[in-house]
Amino acid sequence: MRAFTAFFKKECLDLLRTGKLYILGIIFCLFGIMNPAIAKLTPLLLELLSDSLSENGMTVTAVSVDAITSWTQFFKNIPMALIAFVCMFGNAFTKEYESGTLLLVLTKGMPRYKVYISKVTVQMLFWTIGYWLCFGITYGYNAFYWDNSVTVGLWPAVIGYWSFGIWVISLLSLLSVLSSSYIGVLLGTGAIVFLCYLLSAIPTIQPYLPTAMTDATQLMKPFEASAYFKPFIATASTGIGALLLSVPLFNHKQL
Amino acid sequence: MDVLTIQGLEKRFGEKQVLKGLELCVPPKSIFGFIGANGAGKTTTMKLILGLLAADAGEIHVCGERVVYGETKTNQSIGYLPDVPAFYDYMTAKEYLHFCGEMLGMPRAEIIERSAQLLEMVGLFNETHRIKGYSRGMKQRLGIAQALLHRPKLLICDEPTSALDPLGRKEVLDILQAVKEETTVVFSTHILSDVEKICTDAAILKDGHIVMQGSVSALKAMRTSDEFYLVPSSSDDIIRILTAFGGEASVSGETLVFQGDEEKMFEVLKYLTDHRIPISKIERCEPSLESLFLEVSS
Repeated sequence: MRAFTAFFKKECLDLLRTGKLYILGIIFCLFGIMNPAIAKLTPLLLELLSDSLSENGMTVTAVSVDAITSWTQFFKNIPMALIAFVCMFGNAFTKEYESGTLLLVLTKGMPRYKVYISKVTVQMLFWTIGYWLCFGITYGYNAFYWDNSVTVGLWPAVIGYWSFGIWVISLLSLLSVLSSSYIGVLLGTGAIVFLCYLLSAIPTIQPYLPTAMTDATQLMKPFEASAYFKPFIATASTGIGALLLSVPLFNHKQL
Repeated sequence: MDVLTIQGLEKRFGEKQVLKGLELCVPPKSIFGFIGANGAGKTTTMKLILGLLAADAGEIHVCGERVVYGETKTNQSIGYLPDVPAFYDYMTAKEYLHFCGEMLGMPRAEIIERSAQLLEMVGLFNETHRIKGYSRGMKQRLGIAQALLHRPKLLICDEPTSALDPLGRKEVLDILQAVKEETTVVFSTHILSDVEKICTDAAILKDGHIVMQGSVSALKAMRTSDEFYLVPSSSDDIIRILTAFGGEASVSGETLVFQGDEEKMFEVLKYLTDHRIPISKIERCEPSLESLFLEVSS
């Protein structure tokens, strides 16, 4: 356990001293503020644009915004935060392969699975902190300006997207074991997520895809376990599968 | 019991067979020089010992325990210094050693004490900067400190001096010599003067297997060809001597290099006396690992 803790602490120190932690904090805070800010500024922006819009035959009527507008914005912005997160952590393994820093760690008798688990734990932890920080900021502003209770399906929807982020991290870690290049990891992860989005166009397959967890329309619907059951099982099983598969692969990876 | 034994080790990379049934034994408390030309398979052998590569055939035992690819148990008895050690450069030397100590499961008090002791030994005790700003020599010295932290039974150094300037080389060699009371050192190199300076034992790797192994003095004694140098006082005499001894001598600058034993030397000296040819110097070549290595390699 001490070896795991030592490596975990090392990963946190890496984030702190390389400045990644600050960048991550800024990104999630910025997106957290942007969601209600965009919602709040929408009427003003439309009013400013009304003259040019009316010249084109479009009439701007009174626009009302509420917490739903802000939460909809949240689900539009959070994929960008997830992409930034993946780009920042995509080299967590590959930079160690390239620089050779892992050699000294492994030749100290540190089991490989502990290295893998501590890296994945740090990624999941910081995704969780960042995500819920972003959520908390949006929630706070929404509560101040409007009323969050109008979004009846808020909690299942946000938990759904958080789970999707965890799934992407497990995918990222599997690709980090399979590929030794940063670009390979990013392309591989991106390709699988893109494929899931493509397949979600097929109605019979769509409920079984992890991408179903990102459905923002659930915000407006009361919680129904059946709506989340299939994608949750798919996300959990493929995510855990990726993690379990990564351990023996990492044990036999040539460094 | 030998600290390291290798039996019938084979390794192939694609079409290239790098190791062909390598056999090696390293006695305890020795400084063992692992000599070979670039690309001979020294680093491959070391990575196999560390369980970082899978062997195609053969067995490796470290302190009696078999090395298994991908597992790190035997590495607990080993300290490893790569040719260019890579550290987490956002840490200081002290932080890095503390991190290593925690990974090794050492008690906190021992980590603090041992880190300070090793940093003092390698001359980095007062270094408070991050590793990012270290020179190659400083990194190499830190590499030795991290490798010795847990008092390993076997210290493996992969060409530890090849990237260093003469001063850095001397510092590293001095440190390796100082630790031999505590641990067995295996270091690979193609700098043979380093082996002669500090090694007690050595092995020469060629074409994927060990062609010679033993104590350094025994290896030097194995050298078969005898040579001696002759420097005539006047360069005009070089032609005269060469004409007299034909193919038995070769010229290197102002020096004549003779192939032959003591009898040949007496014969040359007699010729010089008879013909009243003055000389500046005559010297028998001492057997060296370098000449042995060149002989074996050719």
